[in-house]
Order: sequence, then C-alpha cells, then structure tokens
Amino acid sequence: MVNPTRMELTRLKRRLVTARRGHKLLKDKRDELMKQFLGVVRENRDLRSKVEDALSRSNKSFSVASAVMSPEMLDEALLYPKQSVSLELGFRNVMSVNVPLFTFHTKNDDPSEIYPYGFAQTSGELDDAVFSLSKILNDMLRLAEIEKSAQLLAQEIEKTRRRVNALEYVMIPQLEETISYIMIRLQESERGNLTRLMKVKDIMLAQAQEGRKAENA
Amino acid sequence: MYKIAVIGDRESVLGFKALGLDVFFAEDAEDARETISRISKENYAVIYITESLASPLASEIARFKDSPVPAVILIPGKEGSLGLGLTAVHKAVERAVGADILSDERK
Repeated sequence: MVNPTRMELTRLKRRLVTARRGHKLLKDKRDELMKQFLGVVRENRDLRSKVEDALSRSNKSFSVASAVMSPEMLDEALLYPKQSVSLELGFRNVMSVNVPLFTFHTKNDDPSEIYPYGFAQTSGELDDAVFSLSKILNDMLRLAEIEKSAQLLAQEIEKTRRRVNALEYVMIPQLEETISYIMIRLQESERGNLTRLMKVKDIMLAQAQEGRKAENA
Repeated sequence: MYKIAVIGDRESVLGFKALGLDVFFAEDAEDARETISRISKENYAVIYITESLASPLASEIARFKDSPVPAVILIPGKEGSLGLGLTAVHKAVERAVGADILSDERK
C-alpha cells in the first residue's frame, strides 16, 4: 500500500504520464510492424507455393532420371560439383528488427556450366532436373530471407503486443486507481481538518461568550 | 562468408549437390537431428530441410526461429509438398496477430 501523501501523488501522476506516452508509442510501433509484417507474410506465402511447385516438378524429373540411370552413375555424376555457392549476410532494419538479407555468389556464372558431368553417360532428364533446380535457387534464397523476416517480425510483434497490453490493462489502470485512492484520502483528511477547525472555532466562540457574560454580571 | 546446407534423404536432395550447396544426407529423423545440431554451430546461414524429416524435429527447428541465422526453411521432398511449410507461415501470422487472418483470403 502506498503512503497517501502529496509527494507520492505527484510521483505517481508523473509515472502515469510516462506510461500513457509509452503506451501510445508502442501502439504505433505495433501497428507499423503489423503493416510491414502483412506485406512480408503475403509475399512469403506466394513465394512458398511457387517454390514448392517448382521443387515438386524438378523432383519429378529427378525421379525419372534416377529410374533411367543406375544409382552409381547418378552418384558419380553429381557428387563432385563444379559449381559452388557462397552467401553474404547483411541486415536490414525494419522497425528496429534486424532481418537478414542474403546475397549469394556463384563461382560459375555461365548457366551452361552448372552440369558437373559429361553428357555422354547421363540421361537428358538429369539435365532437366539440374537446370530447373538452378532456376529456382534464386527464389529459394529469397524465400529463406523472407520467411526468416516473417518469423522475426512475428516475434517482435508478439513482444510489442504484450507490452502494449500490459500497459493498457495493468499498469495504467493500477496507477489510475492508486492516484484516485490517494486523492480521496487527501480530500478526506482535508475535510477532517476543516471540521476540526470549525469545531475548535465553535468551542472558542462559546468560551468567549461565557467570559463576556461573566464580565457583564 | 556463409554457406547453405540442404538436409534430406538421398533422392530428394541429391540434385542440390550439382548447384554447389552443401548437401547432407539423412535417412531418418535421428540422422537429421544430429546433422542439424552439428551444422548449426558452423557457418550456415540457410538450412533447407525436407518436410518429411522436419516434422518429427519441430522442437529442434523452433529453436532457430528467434535468432537471425540460421534460417531453417522447409522444402518439399520427393513425396511432394506436405503443406508443412505453409502451415509454418500461418503459424507465424497467428503468433503475430493472434488469429490466422490470411487463411480465408486465399484465392
């Protein structure tokens, strides 16, 4: 329980002002994050269906290739890659959330250079599979980037929403309640003081009249 | 410099080898779990894992959800899309908004 003093009251009022301002700021932050998030997540969904479709298709041609070729042949054809990919990682700041940005570098830029095998002993389906995979690689990286962003933004929104709610439904009502309690107590003691003074005044007047009567007599 | 990893059964991910990604073969969930915990300490920014392997490892994968790297991304394996990746997207929406508001605006 708090001390119902004027000093405490001023302190709490100041805290209430701060809490209200924080609440407003966090609410704005949440709304903006939400706006960003919905854009990201829509792109995420569309990109994901695109990548999944493309991958399923390339998986199909890959299964055909593995049916036509012997497994040893397939391994031999693919196990030593010609191409190599490395990734550079950057960050973009979205409403103070650091979301990753990937830029990738391939060793060979020539699209016909991706096949790590000679064409004589492999089937054409394998070429198709590898080619379609190489085409979706870009989208796959974009998907990784955007899906991670969506996850990070979701986390931040959840955190911000909790804070907003804590301020709105716990902190601010509690402060208001305490402030009104202190004000009521202060008013009460003010009234108590006033009646006491009035009473004292009455007594003093009565005594003065007694004294005057005694003098006159 | 970061690298990209792909985890999955042989048939699903062999093709990525040709693209120069680091491919790790895992035939069952236990294999995949080991691989994930091993390579998550290395310099991998993106880890692609097939949906069928990822479903028993949901808790392992959730660990990476809140850190900027690595990004663990589900991809359909040779069985085709199981819809798990899309479910994860909807989960994220649910987490942020409190309700899945994207599911009905499909189409």
